[in-house]
Amino acid sequence: MKLGRNKNFTAGAVITAFMLIVILVGMVWTPYDPNAMDGAAKRLAPCLTHLLGTDNFGRDILSRVIEGAGATFLIAAATVAIGLAAGLIIGGLTGYYGGWLDEVVMRLNDAVAAFPSILLALVLIALMEPGRTSIILALGVLFVPSFARIVRTEVARQKSLDYVASAKLMGAGDMRVLFAHILPNIVPVLLPSVAIGFNNAVLAEASMSYLGVGVQPPDASLGRMLNEAQGYLLTAPWYALSAGAAIILLILGFGLLSEGLGGQSDA
Amino acid sequence: MLVTLLLISLLAFLAFQIIPADPVTKLLGTDYTPERAAALRHELGLDRNVLVRYLDWLTGFVTGDLGVSYSYGMSVSAVMEGKGAVTAALSLMAWLLVIAISVPLGITLARWQGRRLDRVFVAMNQVFMAIPPFFLGILFTYIFGMVLKLFVPGGSILPEESLGGFFGYLIFPALAIAIPKAAMVTKLLRSSILNQMQENYVRTAYSRGNSRWGVIRLHVLRNAILPVVTFVAMTLADIVAGSIIVEQVFALPGLGRLLLASIGNRDYPVVQCIVVIIAAVVVFMNYLADVVTQTIDPRVRLG
Repeated sequence: MKLGRNKNFTAGAVITAFMLIVILVGMVWTPYDPNAMDGAAKRLAPCLTHLLGTDNFGRDILSRVIEGAGATFLIAAATVAIGLAAGLIIGGLTGYYGGWLDEVVMRLNDAVAAFPSILLALVLIALMEPGRTSIILALGVLFVPSFARIVRTEVARQKSLDYVASAKLMGAGDMRVLFAHILPNIVPVLLPSVAIGFNNAVLAEASMSYLGVGVQPPDASLGRMLNEAQGYLLTAPWYALSAGAAIILLILGFGLLSEGLGGQSDA
Repeated sequence: MLVTLLLISLLAFLAFQIIPADPVTKLLGTDYTPERAAALRHELGLDRNVLVRYLDWLTGFVTGDLGVSYSYGMSVSAVMEGKGAVTAALSLMAWLLVIAISVPLGITLARWQGRRLDRVFVAMNQVFMAIPPFFLGILFTYIFGMVLKLFVPGGSILPEESLGGFFGYLIFPALAIAIPKAAMVTKLLRSSILNQMQENYVRTAYSRGNSRWGVIRLHVLRNAILPVVTFVAMTLADIVAGSIIVEQVFALPGLGRLLLASIGNRDYPVVQCIVVIIAAVVVFMNYLADVVTQTIDPRVRLG
């Protein structure tokens, strides 16, 4: 793969790198304290002291966007990590061994996958308490089926290839064959799906927090900010615009990356 | 299809049985005493065996008795009356918009592949796909509602008052849901057509004197449209989910608002009902997609 000449990949890498740097810097330093209120500077338009203006409490929006992007990013990353880890184990085992368990698990998978994930996450979170941990757990669980399916299909395809047979001849056990030999070979197929999964997680987290069942105040998150910003749309439109733009940049970056890696971003 | 539906209904039902939160506590609030809780539990039938209750609920559901809402004190069907219509109208409108935007656009872009129009749209498409529908809704509220004053934000109109006004208010929410999806479908259709253009039959069609447009219109389109049909049918699930969120942005009195309120009130009969109904719609649409694909392309057989 000539990634260097791939326009999508380059653009995606630049945007993602930019967001990552901003998020990383934001963990140690933001222009202002994201939660510091300033009664004298309420709903300021973007200016030199507050590059993206201030919100209804006089909090610096740039600082809040940076912190919110970090929160959204971490939640999405944790979600994908859970989904991927469980998906690898479930998909790997069912794909490798097949049999009736495979049938049952894939049936269950179909039932869950047929359903809009945001809706299911909403219900799952309702069963727990709204908040950061619940949203990670709920979304993570919901991402398992799609990863499990991809892994299963690939493992089932790879296990009949010659290199697996020779690994077995050399005395490798099932687990070793599965995780040390087959796993590295399915990574290229998996990467675009991870990027898409990440985007779905960002979108889902933003939607949930917007609806008020995700990240709870005073924690910042991009969706949460949009929820607040909607009330001040007329007097402070830059509030909503900044938070929305950050979400779009996150999703766009990973969307282009996945495109560049050869995945289809229509999943 | 039926198996999947049964499975979903069972999951939806069981999910509400294993949770720590007890609706009785929420309903009684400060009046909570153990005796009252037991009495209410008995009244709601919550003290019976889980399986018995599931079968009870399922037979009721099939025969049209959707149960009684905990918090509204009336039947679930009465609570849901009119709300389903709003969500259905919104989703359907958004879905039709997706098709109306993406099919002509996808074909046009493929026809003029590599020209400036195509290049601009392909680049913009990525951005449109990245916009969350609810943020687009907020943007529309600001631009069209507050600055241009084309509609009153939050002033949704009931179909009983004015059918034209009802659909008029739905245009912007529907567009907010439709545009990101339309961008995806456009991209899929465009690349599907361009893929087909590599096939041998296309060369044959050219050699018989067809223009590029003629080849696309008469030969390529019917082959290229197949994967798109399946995808478009499946987007309905996302559109329904999207409409639940966008309803909040535009303060539309649909299933989404009811669902959120019911989740907050721990009104599980309502939540269960909405979940199962949406699941039924989704599963049915997937089935329909298979049937339609098979009708257009006899090579595909249902497994």
